Amino acid sequence: MQRFSALSLLGRALTGHRSWAPQWRRASPQPAYDALIIGGGGHGLGAAFYLASEHRLSRVAVLEKGWIGGGNTGRNTTIIRSNYLFDESAALYDHALKLWEHLSQVLNYNVMLSQRGVMMLAHNLHDVQVIKRHVHANRANGVDNEWLSAEQAQQFCPPLNIADIRYPVLGAALQRRGGTARHDAVAWGYARAADALGVDIIENCEVTGIRRDAHGAVEAVETTRGVIRTPKIGVAAAGHTSVVMKMAGVRLPLESYPLQALVSEPVKPVFPCVVMSNTMHAYISQSDKGELVIGAGTDAYTSYTQRGGLHISAHALEAVCELFPIFRRLRMLRNWGGIVDLTPDRSPIIARTPVPGLYVNCGWGTGGFKATPGSAHVFAWTIARDEPHPINAPFTIERFRDGYLIDEAAAAAVAH
Amino acid sequence: MLLITCPYCGTRPELEFAYGGQAHVARPQDPAAVGAQDWADFLYMRDNTRGVHAERWRHTHGCGRFFNALRDTRSDQFLGIYRVGESAPALPPDAPKEVP
Amino acid sequence: MSGAFRAAAGGSVDRSRPLRFRFDGASFTGLAGDTLASALLANGVHLLGRSFKYHRPRGLLAAGAEEPNALVTVRRDQARCTPNLRATQVELYEGLEAHSQNRWPSLAFDIGAINDLLSPLFPAGFYYKTFMWPRRAWKTLYEPFIRAAAGLGRAPSEADPDRYGNRYAHCDVLVVGAGPSGVAAAVAAGAAGARVILCDEQAQFGGSLLSDPDQPPAAWLAASLASLRSNARVTLLPRSTAFGYFPHNLVALNQRLTDHLHDPASVQPRERCWQVRAREVVLATGAIERPLVFPGNDRPGIMLAAAARSFLNRYAVIPGRRVVLITACDEAYRAALELHQAGSAIAMIGDLRARAVGPWAEAARTAGLPVQTQCTLLGTGGRLRVSSVRLARLDAQQRLLGRPQIYACDLVLMSGGFTPSVHLHSQSRGKLAWDETVQSFIPAQAAERTRSAGACRGVFSLAAAIQDGSAAGAAAARDAAARDPAAGNAGFAGRAPEPPIPERDASMAGFSGALPQPQAHTGSKAFVDWQNDVTTRDLALATREGFASIEHIKRYTTTGMATDQGKTSNLNALGFVSQRLDKAIAEVGLTTFRMPYTPVTFGSLAGFARGELFDPVRTTPLHDWALRHGAVFEDVGLWKRARYFPRAGEHMHAAVARECRAVRSACGIFDASTLGKIEVVGPDAVTLMNRLYANAWNNLAIGRCRYGLLLREDGFVLDDGVVARTAEQRLHVTTTTGGAARVLALMEDYLQTEWRQLQVWLTSTTEQWAVIALQGPESRRVLQGLVEDIDLSAAALPHMSVARGRICGVPGLLFRVSFTGELGFEVNVPADFALTVWQAIYQAGAPYGMTSYGTEAMHVLRAEKGYIIIGQETDGTVTADDVGLSWAIGRSKPDFVGKRSLARPALSAVDRKQLVGLLTADPNTVLEEGSQVLPAPGQRAPRLPAPRPIGHVTSSYHSPTLDRSIALALIAGGRARIGQTLSVPTAAGEMPVTVTSAVFYDPQGARLNG
Repeated sequence: MQRFSALSLLGRALTGHRSWAPQWRRASPQPAYDALIIGGGGHGLGAAFYLASEHRLSRVAVLEKGWIGGGNTGRNTTIIRSNYLFDESAALYDHALKLWEHLSQVLNYNVMLSQRGVMMLAHNLHDVQVIKRHVHANRANGVDNEWLSAEQAQQFCPPLNIADIRYPVLGAALQRRGGTARHDAVAWGYARAADALGVDIIENCEVTGIRRDAHGAVEAVETTRGVIRTPKIGVAAAGHTSVVMKMAGVRLPLESYPLQALVSEPVKPVFPCVVMSNTMHAYISQSDKGELVIGAGTDAYTSYTQRGGLHISAHALEAVCELFPIFRRLRMLRNWGGIVDLTPDRSPIIARTPVPGLYVNCGWGTGGFKATPGSAHVFAWTIARDEPHPINAPFTIERFRDGYLIDEAAAAAVAH
Repeated sequence: MLLITCPYCGTRPELEFAYGGQAHVARPQDPAAVGAQDWADFLYMRDNTRGVHAERWRHTHGCGRFFNALRDTRSDQFLGIYRVGESAPALPPDAPKEVP
Repeated sequence: MSGAFRAAAGGSVDRSRPLRFRFDGASFTGLAGDTLASALLANGVHLLGRSFKYHRPRGLLAAGAEEPNALVTVRRDQARCTPNLRATQVELYEGLEAHSQNRWPSLAFDIGAINDLLSPLFPAGFYYKTFMWPRRAWKTLYEPFIRAAAGLGRAPSEADPDRYGNRYAHCDVLVVGAGPSGVAAAVAAGAAGARVILCDEQAQFGGSLLSDPDQPPAAWLAASLASLRSNARVTLLPRSTAFGYFPHNLVALNQRLTDHLHDPASVQPRERCWQVRAREVVLATGAIERPLVFPGNDRPGIMLAAAARSFLNRYAVIPGRRVVLITACDEAYRAALELHQAGSAIAMIGDLRARAVGPWAEAARTAGLPVQTQCTLLGTGGRLRVSSVRLARLDAQQRLLGRPQIYACDLVLMSGGFTPSVHLHSQSRGKLAWDETVQSFIPAQAAERTRSAGACRGVFSLAAAIQDGSAAGAAAARDAAARDPAAGNAGFAGRAPEPPIPERDASMAGFSGALPQPQAHTGSKAFVDWQNDVTTRDLALATREGFASIEHIKRYTTTGMATDQGKTSNLNALGFVSQRLDKAIAEVGLTTFRMPYTPVTFGSLAGFARGELFDPVRTTPLHDWALRHGAVFEDVGLWKRARYFPRAGEHMHAAVARECRAVRSACGIFDASTLGKIEVVGPDAVTLMNRLYANAWNNLAIGRCRYGLLLREDGFVLDDGVVARTAEQRLHVTTTTGGAARVLALMEDYLQTEWRQLQVWLTSTTEQWAVIALQGPESRRVLQGLVEDIDLSAAALPHMSVARGRICGVPGLLFRVSFTGELGFEVNVPADFALTVWQAIYQAGAPYGMTSYGTEAMHVLRAEKGYIIIGQETDGTVTADDVGLSWAIGRSKPDFVGKRSLARPALSAVDRKQLVGLLTADPNTVLEEGSQVLPAPGQRAPRLPAPRPIGHVTSSYHSPTLDRSIALALIAGGRARIGQTLSVPTAAGEMPVTVTSAVFYDPQGARLNG
């Protein structure tokens, strides 16, 4: 792997940048692998990287039906935070955040983690109770989170309108370690680092079937580029998880919904942090390029179309214009949709499945990006050892049968 | 915003409706007799079809009635509408085929 | 005088109306009908902006929506200040003030241009490769450095005072684009009797015809527009950009209403968002000329040939005196011919093709203009304006034919042919097909009821485009009329493929990619994406680094991601990359077209939803009374509820304490009208309740009430309320304020889809009944004189009963219920009488110390009694048993919603959190709600880095009744811990707390039965 650094950049500038090598090989599928990951998003690529780097699996491939990072990894609003309510969630997301904080160095790829602080607004007394409960629970879990008065919130984010508004801001929770990262760099950085460890990144390779042996265990996948044998398959296919798992006869409690996001035209730096308002349904930050990045909600119905209704985006903009009236004249530059897979309790599944050798990492809903390194890390562990890491042990499929839900949605009603 | 045809009121914009999830998920007659996994399936397991999906809608801001629809979740095009208690209509001959 | 470069005659500008305007502080004069761009060009100003990354000086590339360079901020005042507008789309008005962007200290001298010199250090994606060491410097040094360079214009510093509108429309045929084919389509559809909407992004209809000096087309346009205007079934929407295509033929338009006005009326909306549902859509969105990619192709004075034609023919501006044209197609020769006619010198026409074929090339040669074939452009000279070009001829092996020639010039025109604008077709999920002749994608199979016509599907010649539009318009009208309205939503699947494209002649050929350069030639930067400064080197680097999908290349280099969204750059990027990768363009793929077509103002999408109209405000019939009596309100969902009623000089704490004491000692009055109310009526009303609610209902006598508990099917608590049986077949069900709609929807769901045989009718009566709660030991005495036909005695109307009668003369329901633990009543009267009744009761109570109280006191009073609030003690993960309500579960019932789930292991686990009371060691410390509860310091598990919380505080108040703090909490195994000491971390350190029963006051309930 060519080392990336200021020095290497400088050196190669002298020769017109002609000596850079491909960041990852364009691999063709081999007949067999020790483990296959289906889905070349951040979670899948990351899992492959950790399988190779921490679990020393030498023959690993990632199968991606399109181009890597083209699903929700490349479509989200890149918010990173770990201030979840329940112990199980906080452990998972904070594990991820700790990995985020060193990811650029570990991958030798600048993922541009921007720890600008994530602020969650409270607009009514119920919000105040819920958010303060988060603050207390987080602190007890060693996760940073602090309560700000409305005035402090405005000081932290000057464009914020706290008073002259339908739902005045009563206060906010601030996680200073939260922020954003560069989504494409996460996919590419993991791909490059995994590739350097011998992982095959196979793009334009769609899985069409999963073969099982006489005992029901996985033995191969059928793809548009041929049959590939493997004793272990990790599925990290986000919105398409149901479709892939169906090939192995496994049903999961998932539903796929369209989720939209949008950006404004780029403007000079004006927005210093990430702001989320669940009551008014918006979240917003400003990218390194100057675009305001705005998350909208999901449509009411399940769909695989990767697009949603205008009223959903418009609603997010109504909230943004209320909270930040100086942005009302800015213009939407680009809007896009992704497919998010939601579980009934809005927490992910990272687990073994009833099919031996088949593992699944799904159900991230609207909030998977922030968990990428942590999710990938414990997923790799689960695949390699055929048992969950203590952090993902609660995130089983069986929890729905037994009632041990990790119901962030019900408990918090806070969007991701 | 989808355009949805209520079998009682006619064609209206999506904002008048509430989505009701997958259709034909019947509540067991005697829940106490249902095993743990089957009960969990009833509560949580849905087909999440990529293709023609039978689903429920309620004309909340209209007649208030539930009805069923067939919609292709790859295109969001509706392929049929039918009332509660009726069985799903046959798909039009040119309807897109199910994906594997 | 409107500029030294204004042609003496021609154009559609109004020479009788000069307009003064300012650009970067300097004053200029233009004409009505000018854009800011044309007016500046007329004044000889070619330097209009700076690029994003390298701060290169830039002029106009285009004359329309595709312009990537000339972005300006237009400023009316501090608040009405709009960044990033294209000068080519800004209509001039008297006094217009515009500023260039992304430069300091001035447009002509910009310090940021140092980036251009350092550009070898900043190739595509350089930031992924560096700024990683030392780790901490990223946050303190590198990131601030990168961020400081971000953005183009500045956001306004004050809130936008302008208004924005919203409109929904339906039509038979929506025609997008009023160029020749769009106008023809609208005329044909209109003639067939269809209801037509014709929209265009420009102020004037006509599209390319506006830049066409020929007379016959102009006459055709005038006649066609006249016929459209006289057709009452045709709606014409100029300045309206169709920016998004949504499922089921919904097209969104952004209409600009006042930005072109000198002094718009403040009541007039600035913009309006239209959502048009069309039975049929005709897309006539035209085509955009493709620039050529050659070294130094970005200097001011280098523009698209069609742009020069627009400036000359439409705005009567001479964009240059000495012109070089380089082209890959015949159409561009017209620019040279017309400029030649206008008096400019044509220094050279370089044609990329081996043979300069086509009618206009022929005409150029006839006119004596110099033409060279097999031409390419090696470089350009000039600093803030192009001053020369170096042309060369290459053979097929890219060897030089003769010596390169340098031509002095002040204007370079270029054309790589035209790219059909397939954005909306693609947004509608229609398929695209690569067309080799025009070197572009054109629409294939449609996915909606839509058809493309004219240049947007590669039909370029004027006559053919008009014919194509006309046919499409007629066909759309026919299909719209034939559609069965009842088919509704089922009829939007795609149609048969488009009619074949009429044969095209080779003169419409195009070019994509970079111009061929002599072997081993390393020229200066050749730009593909002007605004984002993406050069061929960047694209080459991306392919070298292994990026092979066009989506990756776009993201790695940012090509096509600027505010023009690749309108001029996408195909050249594709062409270049496909060459590098040696793959067909169709294989490299096209990035997805996403809405909006051009940027759309946030405010226009937000529309009316601002301030009070952001969400409806729900108020009770007693709202005004509370307002008059100084209430402080809180938002509860959409509702405004009175939180407390401070007297002069009183803070919340004192007011709430006073209100609580009044209820405990005398009588308080409370507006409970927001409670949800559902009338459940019919022979099977009780059966439905039995199946839905956890409680048993069979033995509820008429006139009696019962606390009702509703679970979700997964076993957790969903809602609660008092249910009264008011008649044999009639139940009055109350819900929480926030749960009303949810509970009714759930009831309807089960009733309509699961238990369809039950005869029950459900009616929401939340808004019909006003609820006046009268609570306190004196409440019976207060009511005594106000009630007719109801015996208020404890025997006749015991706790949890209801009676029908007249209250203050108004027929209503009187409930004997209490959410305070005191003797209490809830008076239900029709909402219209609420104020009268309230005032009468309030007055009658005055001698007894009647006090109005708000939600805050209500919360304190119920907490003293250990009554839960759904959403505060419960959160969707709490069972009935957790909050001490297992008594409400009808265990003998065979089934009810949620019963089966209660048998799941997690719901009966021994360590579940249970509701208890907490008393702090210091009675003056009020714990913060949400605080975590820890084991007492001595009881903690050893070896853990930090003690694990065993629960949290759900409610916490100062109790005026007990004159100390109280708290409710959910604690693991809480009921077994009563009497134990636990600990709660607070800002001031850990506070010891004693676990108690959740009922702090009157545990026997004696006061209820008074």
